[in-house]
Amino acid sequence: MADASLPSGLMALATRTDQRPPKKNPAPRRPGGRPTGGRALWDSTVGKKTVMAVSGLIMLGYLVVHMFGNLKIFFGPATFNGYAHWLRTLGEPFMHYEWTLWVFRVVLVAAVVAHATSAYQLSRRDIRARPTKYVHKKPRASYATRTMRWGGIILGLFIVWHVLDLTTGTVHAGGFQPGHPYQNVVDTFSTWYGNVIYLVAMLALGLHVRHGFWSAAQTLGAGSRSRDRLLKTLADVLALVLTLGFIAVPVGVMTGLVS
Amino acid sequence: MTAAPRGTTPAMSLTLRVWRQKNADAPGTMSTYEVDGISPDMSFLEMLDTLNEELILKGEDPVAFDHDCREGICGACSLVINGDAHGPERTTTCQLHMRSFQDGDTIDIEPWRAAAFPVVKDLVVDRSAFDRIIQAGGYVTAPTGAAPEAHATPVPKPDADFAFEHAECIGCGACVAACPNGAAMLFTSAKVNHLNVLPQGAPERETRVLDMVAQMDDEGFGGCTLAGECATACPKGIPLFSITKMNREFVRAVRKKR
Repeated sequence: MADASLPSGLMALATRTDQRPPKKNPAPRRPGGRPTGGRALWDSTVGKKTVMAVSGLIMLGYLVVHMFGNLKIFFGPATFNGYAHWLRTLGEPFMHYEWTLWVFRVVLVAAVVAHATSAYQLSRRDIRARPTKYVHKKPRASYATRTMRWGGIILGLFIVWHVLDLTTGTVHAGGFQPGHPYQNVVDTFSTWYGNVIYLVAMLALGLHVRHGFWSAAQTLGAGSRSRDRLLKTLADVLALVLTLGFIAVPVGVMTGLVS
Repeated sequence: MTAAPRGTTPAMSLTLRVWRQKNADAPGTMSTYEVDGISPDMSFLEMLDTLNEELILKGEDPVAFDHDCREGICGACSLVINGDAHGPERTTTCQLHMRSFQDGDTIDIEPWRAAAFPVVKDLVVDRSAFDRIIQAGGYVTAPTGAAPEAHATPVPKPDADFAFEHAECIGCGACVAACPNGAAMLFTSAKVNHLNVLPQGAPERETRVLDMVAQMDDEGFGGCTLAGECATACPKGIPLFSITKMNREFVRAVRKKR
């Protein structure tokens, strides 16, 4: 208190707290206060990451099933085409023909949209948060971590091509035959670009899953010191198994195992 | 300079490339300076003091940088040295010594870079965004006064250890500087976890995490991509799992609709 009456030049405190004018732009407060519930989730960076984690895990679960289904191609056209037909009759007689498949499709599209929207919004925010880059640059984080955004874009484009190629047949090489997926797959992997697109996308998938699975566990609060080794190993195994499992199909066609 | 080599340690000559910026609105640039007679026993800040003495003698504007306790506990010092927050050692800049560098080295010195930490001058940034995150919930509303009897509120040992590990955060902002997204997740999670695990912090457990995360977002920090750079740069060793724990607290609070 005594210091306050002294001229400022005589102030002898180590730390001095000046009376500053109010900030030009104080922290913007949300009108109506902080939101609660679902709004609180979607409006915050932490909540959007939760959306990304959940939608990512839904897609990951689907990919594991999809990979096992794909591997039936090594047991001949009858098995593979029969499996594709069974997918459409799944849930009958409770569900009508293809209804279960459509439920899966709707959930997957919702997951892709939620994942991509959150990723886009968070990425824009992240880039804005560091407007001036460091002059002295250092490679930061692992390759898988640094390639999440570009890898995600590659995977998004791949999904579009993949559906147009083998589901609708719009961009399919050769005559697309609905109900004959075995022949359609062989056709696709008989073109050089079909193989290139697929292999690049599957490598991107492996890297994406490697960082994504472990990150999702952290985002959902499932990680800890004692569980970290398990989660990292699980992420690596998932990434490796999915990449190799999916790549097995074009390699099978290229080597003539599947024809 | 006059500083002579001490014992067997010869004096070092260094080239410094320092970010110079007159004020918040002026454009900045990297300026190059040569310093001689640097003892390996000097701290990094003493080396900058040496540079500033020379600049003042030449009538030039000394380099502005933040510092206070110079013993690694206040969190005031804040330099990105050769691309690393607080430099090559895992400590604060004030506890970094010149023996970590080689004679003839060129050292790049930059301020913390984040939209939420605007440059005030040269290497000084405004970290008041951290203060506002604390104001949003980094406190307990329990009545304070004389220290209470220690056994009145029992705290399990693992919880006390967990709280202390996070209470070590000195709020220097190295986590933000190191994060590729300029995110303040490690700082915020350290503060949230420190209080949320203790009985004294329990009444505001939900509102604390929601309010502090909302303020963190409002300040313009980025989001977490689990790159892990923050925990590597943290001079106090706040673990990356601190963020995991805060995420768990956040989802729990959202589900409770506070």
